[in-house]
Parts: sequence; structure tokens; C-alpha cells
Amino acid sequence: MTQDVGVLVVGGGPAGLAAAVAARHAGCAARVAVLERESETGGIPRHTVHTGYGLREFRRLLDGPGYARRWSARAHAAGVELHTRTTVTEWDAGARTVTTTAPDGIRTWRARAIVLATGCRERPRSARLVPGTRPLGVLTTGALQQLALLPGAHVGRRAVVVGAEHVSFSAVLTLYHAGCAVTAVVTDQPHHQSYEALRALAAGRHRVPLLTRAAVTRILGRGRVDGVELTDLVSGATRRVECDTVVFTGDWIPDHELARRGGLVMDPGTRGPRVDLRLRTSAPGVFAAGNLVHAAETAGVCARGGAAAGSAAAAWVRGTPAAETPPTDVECEPPLRWISPNAVIPGETGTPQGHFLLRSDAWARRAEVTVAQGDAVLGAWTRRLVPNRPVHLPDGWLARVEREGGPVRVSVSGTGDA
Amino acid sequence: MNPVDVAVVGGGVVGCAVARRLARTRLRVALLEAGPDVGAGTSKANTAILHTGFDTKPGTAESALVARGHALLGEYASRTGIPVERTGALLVAWNEEQLAVLPSLAEQAAANGYDRCDLVDAATCSRLEPHLGPGALGGLTVPDESIVCPWTPPIAFATEAVANGADLYRGCALHAAEPTADGWELRTAAGVLEASWIVNAAGLHGDDVERLLGHDGFTVTPRRGELVVFDKLARPLVRNILLPVPTGRTKGVLVSPTVFGNVVLGPTADDVDDKSDTASTADGIAALLDHSRRILPRLLDEEVTAVYVGLRAATEESDYRLACRPGDGTVCLGGIRSTGLTAAMALAEWTAEQLGAAGLDVAERADAAGVHMPNLGEAFARPYQDAERIAADPEYGTVLCHCERVTAGELRDAFTSAVPPADLDGIRRRTRALMGRCQGFYCSAEVASRFARATGRPVDAVLAGAAP
Repeated sequence: MTQDVGVLVVGGGPAGLAAAVAARHAGCAARVAVLERESETGGIPRHTVHTGYGLREFRRLLDGPGYARRWSARAHAAGVELHTRTTVTEWDAGARTVTTTAPDGIRTWRARAIVLATGCRERPRSARLVPGTRPLGVLTTGALQQLALLPGAHVGRRAVVVGAEHVSFSAVLTLYHAGCAVTAVVTDQPHHQSYEALRALAAGRHRVPLLTRAAVTRILGRGRVDGVELTDLVSGATRRVECDTVVFTGDWIPDHELARRGGLVMDPGTRGPRVDLRLRTSAPGVFAAGNLVHAAETAGVCARGGAAAGSAAAAWVRGTPAAETPPTDVECEPPLRWISPNAVIPGETGTPQGHFLLRSDAWARRAEVTVAQGDAVLGAWTRRLVPNRPVHLPDGWLARVEREGGPVRVSVSGTGDA
Repeated sequence: MNPVDVAVVGGGVVGCAVARRLARTRLRVALLEAGPDVGAGTSKANTAILHTGFDTKPGTAESALVARGHALLGEYASRTGIPVERTGALLVAWNEEQLAVLPSLAEQAAANGYDRCDLVDAATCSRLEPHLGPGALGGLTVPDESIVCPWTPPIAFATEAVANGADLYRGCALHAAEPTADGWELRTAAGVLEASWIVNAAGLHGDDVERLLGHDGFTVTPRRGELVVFDKLARPLVRNILLPVPTGRTKGVLVSPTVFGNVVLGPTADDVDDKSDTASTADGIAALLDHSRRILPRLLDEEVTAVYVGLRAATEESDYRLACRPGDGTVCLGGIRSTGLTAAMALAEWTAEQLGAAGLDVAERADAAGVHMPNLGEAFARPYQDAERIAADPEYGTVLCHCERVTAGELRDAFTSAVPPADLDGIRRRTRALMGRCQGFYCSAEVASRFARATGRPVDAVLAGAAP
């Protein structure tokens, strides 16, 4: 039998749960349901045992599992239906129907609004085309953090961590808690890309060598990994580093399978669905939020975006008509990698986060970021750019976007100095 | 180890097929595999194509056995639940020289007994394959080339062999073989085995086993083939198996859909010294991606799910190295490079015929059991899509591997099957769990812990890659 719901949220991480809660708080009288494929809601924070979550949303410092539990409890209290172990296998974005598989059977859902909050994953070793053998012990942070929580599992004795952004140091902390020494943190960049405090906590205290402008260029070992080939990207010199664990961190890609199979217009920068200021996708009544549209930001940023999507979905259910003006794309030019949101309906203002989220592939102490539409400069700001780290761009220029002015282009000059 | 009439050495697809065929007779059969699992060597790392044999060399053993094997495996697959998709193949000519070769390939196909190839022009190529790169000059269609699950056949054969009474020994390397008055005494890692006949199906190690048996007919030079598997989102980019116009040495680099719903690109062909050198290389991967830039440029926009390497058992000659020697009770099935999956059942049939001619009773028993295997193919219903099955057993509605939609019920079935997995790789080949785009980001901990529970082993042992 078909389940009729008001707002159907796909994905029960911080963005999805916040979307569902916001939809209820915005007065959605119809059913609000979250479909979560894992055995419990809460998303990735369920596996990150270190602290740093929740100050904004819950006014206290929580660890990842505690944060995940609080969001699940808040959703439950708000009257949201939480359907775990429920996998979306097919959907029709135009009809807003969804098919799921769960232990209690195959179901069809018909929703007045859908919020996609399917998150993101780290590119595994294979997607990064790192050659060599295929032994056990080659992980992503996500796999590592789940393994570390398994009773009786020892992740390894000596690890090499690939990447030097926030999540990389999260992996370092997990490895230390699990009793695994970290032989090296390796990044192809000239510096690490985390905040100094986190790096110092994770790597400084434990004396982990940070190897910059270097890359793991081969995996060695049979059965279990026994080393990696490390290449100095400046000199080209290679050497062997012994380890029984390799953790590939960061290098995020949205889990965009549903979005793409549903035929949503995709953004070439984020590789998630194109979304406007209200997190509307190209399909009417279908919204997207969280790290599906900005891989990857913190859980707090995801929750805030989710809340915006949930409110917008509730408004749509109440009967707010679809925008009559087609969206104007917001495009970035290299070395900027992506901007989110990446579409604007002329006349609308305000962003889910209070600013645009931006990523750069280049370093700069003081770069000038310019927003222009055709020949008209809508705004320019000086920003410090660090790859893999969030850059915020004010949104006050939105009122100046012209309906017939063509795409808005975001460009940068003055990069290259670290 | 119980004495047997026939000991099959090598649990690849060919050895398993032979064991299956002979186990269906009144003969006592043992199947010896040196590695921890059947089908875990060259047999797991190929292009997964069910070949017609249209491009084999007419008159060779390979030509006859591939054509026969195509029919036998196609029929067995539909009976057993092994996924096969009749996609067809398209050879694409990218220059005048290749274009000029196509008519002779059609003639060669006819000489091999295959007469359904058609020459097509460039416009037809584009119509058949809308995402083909620019510059194709023409093509040749091979409508019966098909894609098949590469992993299930050896497991199905071994399962059926065991069901019919064969003794399966895994982790059982052959150390020495001594002729006796009425056969052989084999010294193996699992003990001493007496056998009247030995079938050498040792693949890459076929030359080593030949020497243990006192023969010295050929040397195997591993030919490394690297392959790149693309994300399922790439699947709509290609309909047919896209074959290159073959050069003398190998079939060249192809782009093919897989029954798992991915796209595979490869293989490279490099002769190597080490029979265990299954490491991929930066040069190999780069060369493959270069090929795809021409054949199917949009493939490069998609994520790579896996890179894997197979070693083909090439010898001094391109044809199979087959021998039946009633004098000393040995059969050699050697030099089977890239068509072993297709030809396996025909090689088993050939072996049975040879043994029959040598006086063994190789008639199949009327009560010989068949098997039905779990479906791993996208083109056929899988448990997560089967409402009745989920209603009867909710474990089939519990999706654990999200990328490949593998359920708890399928994992449980694999753990309790007659030929259960020995390690995580064995789980992958039996269920598809862990083979998807996240490569274990989401489910590796869950799968490892369920496997540890099912086998009574510590999680650490599973993660360390130790065989039970």
C-alpha cells in the first residue's frame, strides 16, 4: 500500500534530521518521515568519538555519537517518523514517488515534498587511482572509525594517513585512541589544511611527521598491507614506508546516485544537485541539503542547511507556488572548485548559512574574490584561501542579480602565495 | 585424504568445471586448490565476457572449445541462475588500416563457424553507441558476444562437484607427485592423496605441475592485464561490448558493461616474471584511461570503483596446451589464457571424452544433483527487490552493503553454503558486498563482524586477511 506523506526526507544524518524537525516546526500538518538505510539515525557523527559537536544547536559540547543521539531524539520529539534500515531503491522525481526496501517489506511512498540528504563519502584508494596490490588494511576514515568501534577489533599497529585536512586529523585521533601509531600524515599540498589547534592536538602531541608535497604512489603487500611507496612531489624521489594500515581521508564526493538517477540538474563544481537559495533542485517539490550539496562541511553546517530545506519543503507543502522565474546559475572559475548554493532566483535574497560556501584549489593569504554578472561587478572581497577548507562569501549582492543578466560568475585573483 | 580415481589440480574455473563434470559420474573425484578459495586466481580477474570465438584462429583447439563452451556455459548459466546478458559486441575501427581488416575478421568468424557478424558504417556505429568518441570509421557487429558473471561459475561448479560427492581441498598446494603401480601418490599441504589419474588445471602454475608429473612441454609466462571498473552511473554510456580491432598478440583494450551494472575498461597486456604479481601500475592505469578518452570519452567523467589485475597463463604458443596421456594417467589443460571462462565446460567435456576413451566410465549418473546459485546480476531480480522473499525472511529486506544492495540474508546464505568464503574477498565474489563505489566506507565493519561471528573467528583475524 502506498504511504502518503507531506515531507519525505531521504537520509537521517544531521541535515536530514534537521530538515524533518524544521518541517514539523514550520507547521507541516501532514506526515514527516525520514528514510535511513543504516540501523540507526544520526549519520556520520555516530562514528566520530571525539568532541567538537553541538555548540550551536544544543549549546553544549558533545561528541559525535552524543550529537547524533540528540538529533534523533529531537526529531522523535517533534513527531517525525524515523524509518531505519530503509533503503531507497528507486524514485521518480517528477511524481515524487519513492520505493524502499526494509526488513518489513517493499513499500511505495508518495510525498508532496522530498528532501534529499544523502550525504557524501571519501574517495577510496581505487577512485584515486593509487596503483599497487589490493591488500586488507587500506581504509577510508569512514571505514576506520566504524572498525575502531567494533568490539575486539584492532585497526593496526602503524598507519600512514593520506590527506591533511580536518578529517585527516580526526582519523589520526581515532588511530591513537585505537592504539595504532601514525607513521606519517601525507599531503600533496605545501601545508596542512586544518586549523593549527586541531593539527597540534592530533599530530603535534603525538609527534606525527607531516609530509607535505608528497604522495602515496603505490600500495605494497599481500594479504595485509605492509608498506607504501611515498613519492616526494618536488624531487620525484621515492621511498618505502612500512605500515600495516593506510587511511585515505577527505577527497569528498557527494552520494549523488539518487539525485542523478532522478534526472536532477547537477552542479559541475559540487557534483551534487544544483540548488538555489531555498535549496530547491531542478525538480519542483524536491529539495537537497547537507553534504550532498557541499561535500564536506561540518555537521553543524549540514544541520543548518537541512533546517532551511525542511522549512522550504514545508512551505511548498502549504502551497507556496513554484518560482516563476527560472534560476540563474552561480558558476565558479578555477582555481575555485565549487560554490553552494549554486543557483539564484532573481529577486530572492538570503542564504541558508547567511553566506555562500566556497572551496578553492589554490592557496592565498589575500585573494580578491569577485562576483560578477556579465560586465557588472556585484561585489568583491578579500579572502584567505586554503584548499579543502571552507571559505565564506557574503550574500548581500543577491539583490543586484538581474533577471536577464546571464550566469553569475565567481572568480578569484591574487592566488599562489601561501 | 581418501583415495580417488581422478585428482583435479587447480580450483580455477577450468579445474572446477572438470571436477563438476567428473563428479557427476561414478568416479571418485578430488579437487585440489592451493589458494584459500576456488576461483580466486586468474578466474576472478578477467573481462567477464562469454566469447563466441569469432576471432579465434580457425582450426585450433581454442576455436572449437570456445565455440562449444559458449553454448554449454550459456545453457548452464540459465539453468543455474548465473547472470548472462546478451549485449552483443561491436568492433570499432578507428583508422583506415583497421577498417580494411574488418572484412577479413568477418571471414575468420565464418571459418570459426560463426556467421552472424555484420559490417556496419560509421553512422550505424554512432546509432548503436551514441556516446562513442568521434572518429569511428566503421565497425563489425558480433551479436552473440555476451557478458557473464565471472565469479559465480567456478563457485557453482565446485558446489555441484561437492554436492555430487567430490572432495574439495582448499589451501592444498601440491608439493610432489610419485608414480605408483596403478596411478599417483600426491604429497599435498593437506596430506597424501592417492589418485589413478591427475588432471592438471593449474593455470599459471600449469608448467610447474607438468614438471612435477615428469613432463616438460611448455613454460608459462604470466601476462598481466590491468582493468579499471567504473561506477554504475557510467552504465548508460555503453550498450555493447566495444572491442578493438585485434592485433596479433592480444584482443586489445575493450570497454564493456558488466553484469553488476558497471563498466569495465581493459586489459593491458604485459609479460611479467612473477606469477603472483597482481599489482596495478601507474603506467597501466594511465594507458587504459587514454584508450577510453578515444573510445568513450564521457567515461572519464565518472568515478573509478576498482582497479584490478589478472595474470593470463600465456605459453610459447597461442593455442591451448592440451594432452591426455593414458600411459601415465595424466591430463594437461594448459596455456588457457583469456578464454578459460568461456571454454571451461567444453574443456571439462573434452577431458571426460578423453578419459572415456582411456577406459573410464564417464557416463553421468541419473541421480546427479544440480545446483542453483544466488543471482548477482543487475538484469535479474535480486532479494532486495523480491517482496515475497522478504515477507518470508526479513533478512532479505535488510540491506547491509548499500552500494551493491546486498542483504543480510545473502551474506548468511554465503556463510552457510557448501563452499563458503574463506575471507572478505570470497564474500565479495559470492555476494557483491564490499565491491561497490564506497569500497567499504559504509559496510566493511558490519560485514567483517558478521563474518567473524558466523565463522567463530576473531574480527582481527578477518581483518588481518588470515585464512581460517
